[in-house]
Amino acid sequence: MELEILLQIAGSSLRLATPLLLACLAGLYSERAGIFDIGLEGKMLAAAFMAGAVAAVTGSAWVGLLAGIAASMVLSLIHGLASITLKGNQLISGVAINFLASGLTALVGQNWFHQGGQTPQLTAGGRFLALELPLTETLAPIPVIGPIYQHLISGHNILVYLALAAVPATWWVLFRTRFGLRLRAVGENPGAVDTAGISVVRLRYAAVLICGLLCGIAGAYLSTGMAAGFVREMTAGKGFIALAALIFAKWRPWPALGACLLFGFLEAIGIRYQGITIGSIVIPVQFMQALPYILTVVILAGFVGKAVPPKAGGRPYVKER
Amino acid sequence: MPPQPGSPAGGAAFAPLAIELSGISKSFGAVQANRDIHLAVRRGTIHGIVGENGAGKSTLMSILYGFYEADAGEIRINGRATPIRDSQAAIAAGIGMVHQHFMLVEPFTVLENVILGAENGPLLRPSLARARTELTRLAKEYELQVDPDAVVGELSVGFQQRVEILKALYRECDILILDEPTGVLTPAEADHLFRILEHLKSEGKTILLITHKLREIMAATDEVSVMRRGEMVRTLTTAETSPAELAELMVGRRVLLRVEKTPATPGPVLLETRDLSLTDAKGVERLRAVSLEVRAGEILGIAGVAGNGQSELLEVLAGIAPATSGEVRLKGEPLDISRTTNADDRRRRGIAHVPEDRHRRGLVMPYQTWENTSFGYHDLPKFCAHLGLMKGDAMREDARGKIERFDIRPPDPNLKAANFSGGNQQKIVLAREIECGPDVLLIGQPTRGVDIGAIEFIHRQIVALRDAGKAIILVSVELDEIQALSDRIVVMFDGRVSGTRQAADTDERELGLLMAGIEPDKGAAA
Repeated sequence: MELEILLQIAGSSLRLATPLLLACLAGLYSERAGIFDIGLEGKMLAAAFMAGAVAAVTGSAWVGLLAGIAASMVLSLIHGLASITLKGNQLISGVAINFLASGLTALVGQNWFHQGGQTPQLTAGGRFLALELPLTETLAPIPVIGPIYQHLISGHNILVYLALAAVPATWWVLFRTRFGLRLRAVGENPGAVDTAGISVVRLRYAAVLICGLLCGIAGAYLSTGMAAGFVREMTAGKGFIALAALIFAKWRPWPALGACLLFGFLEAIGIRYQGITIGSIVIPVQFMQALPYILTVVILAGFVGKAVPPKAGGRPYVKER
Repeated sequence: MPPQPGSPAGGAAFAPLAIELSGISKSFGAVQANRDIHLAVRRGTIHGIVGENGAGKSTLMSILYGFYEADAGEIRINGRATPIRDSQAAIAAGIGMVHQHFMLVEPFTVLENVILGAENGPLLRPSLARARTELTRLAKEYELQVDPDAVVGELSVGFQQRVEILKALYRECDILILDEPTGVLTPAEADHLFRILEHLKSEGKTILLITHKLREIMAATDEVSVMRRGEMVRTLTTAETSPAELAELMVGRRVLLRVEKTPATPGPVLLETRDLSLTDAKGVERLRAVSLEVRAGEILGIAGVAGNGQSELLEVLAGIAPATSGEVRLKGEPLDISRTTNADDRRRRGIAHVPEDRHRRGLVMPYQTWENTSFGYHDLPKFCAHLGLMKGDAMREDARGKIERFDIRPPDPNLKAANFSGGNQQKIVLAREIECGPDVLLIGQPTRGVDIGAIEFIHRQIVALRDAGKAIILVSVELDEIQALSDRIVVMFDGRVSGTRQAADTDERELGLLMAGIEPDKGAAA
């Protein structure tokens, strides 16, 4: 019985961590290439809306996913245009994208579906449903292993597994491929990349587009995986929490997984225990729900050790004075 | 033209050209960094390029390496016209460059830095393996030992430079450009570098060495080209020239300036330094035991090729750079030279400062004239009311007076500094610093980028201040300005005082030698 509760919380943590993890890895590609991206939130929101809307109209989760990715990548391109080509301020561009996404999703959503900015409730076909992995039935009777397999390993939708697979894939791309070497180099010293005869602009656009792709999946997961439709402002700061996780993880893929799971866990606890009583003190539910955000502030205030961002991060590459 | 690899130095005169630049021009905004440059470099030689800071050497080499694109002109490599639009084209043409500020990725290992941009395929493993064997070979051949797995950021600058050279050799360059390679090296490291360059030359590689150190040019190069203010002045055979000639070509002679002034009547010593030394964050000694003094009613000129410690000296005296050791006394009172934030204290004690770079340090460009003419003195009771409120009217009135007395044009106290010409900007700074009534005026490059008319005016103001019994320290890279204004001249070389002369008893030849760090024979000086 105890084990089952533990496993349910663990499974819930994993599902709640998934959008954070995808957004966190998205930010990792972008920031490793020297483009700070405070617009993860906005891209996720736009993707969540487009995925929800298109899935509702077509009845296909997959078409919805593609639409979500497309929306997110368009915003990425805008960020790239502002911060790479036009050498603008990356923070301001990111903030603008957040406002744009917030306003546009509400406006278009209301005009399209007339449901106060929401998209219609999705049917089964329009959602990514939990997958029952093979052998679940066979293993079920075995103590400990059976329940672990059933509740923790099996029973998530495909995007959860995709997010988990993205961690080793990102590590491999970053540290084992030519592209990864160049990507990391351009975030540290774009001058070195330029003088080595490689295009700084092309590399940075590639990074920003990968960021858009992953943010798109994260957003689609929110509206078509975790929920059954889009609700206004449904990202609720997840993009910023992902950013905090990225800093916590010091821009490395495996620690990013750990950081996102921690945030997911806190959120899961907050949902599960609506009021914890310790002795005579009742911890209010609001405090539990605020935990991930409190941790975000703690991390960003630098209480978890010095995090050194990529050296050229945030600065456009200008070689002529 | 058939290639003749490995031409020994003796045959260099007949060697074909490795590089031919014709009509290269480049400007950054309004600044013309290179103007119609022609340059021919023979294969298998070490070719030096000298010039002061800002003469356009680095820009020219960056154009050759494809880092900047020239506005006009043609580049021929090994006799063939080779358009170089980016570094990729330069690398393909066999050009490698060691930049003054290394182009290395500090958290990467040596191997990763070497393969960056020259990988053999999409996966790193084979590239790293190939680079490892190749580095071992290069290390043995050229005495370029570096631990391939060391993190570059943790290496000393000498080793970082080796990595840069290895990067170029790994890409099989024929032509190697080195931009101020010894600026950050210890003497032993520099010697080692020159041995490597000799070796590379003996293999038939062509080397371009940019520096403002004449000793290196004399010791290492076969030919030398002198640049001044964005133009190529001359190319000489090193064996047939002398440091004095090069120094003169670098500094140049302008129309001789005449300043009307009576002989100085020096009073008591106002400002003196004892063994002033400054080692910067990189460990480079910028000032070495500088001792000098300036008296009331005297203009002390500090001459030298730019970058020999004059700027640092001014900064220490002005209280914006801390000295490492030594002593500065103002009217016998020691000054605090350990902190960077003493500019305000200096001003209150009567040391005014006209900085070398008026755009960065002398003015706030978006500020209006009345703000700039009182900035730094805005705490004075005449400008500042209770609770720190500015007396705007008093400041504007004060600005009008300065505009009139210093002939600042246009005479508008509400115009932004950025909208004035260079000469009038300098007058704004000068008006502010002179009219506060200092005992000592520090003034750096008073007429850089200033038109002739304003130069005369500024010079007259400086002389008038001297005649009023003030002490003036004048730093300028314009030798004739130093000669025209100074009563006494201190020459700096490599952070040291290489000589002190009465202005009336010396000439350009002697000063040129001192600027090159060579002590002229005493008989000639007397």
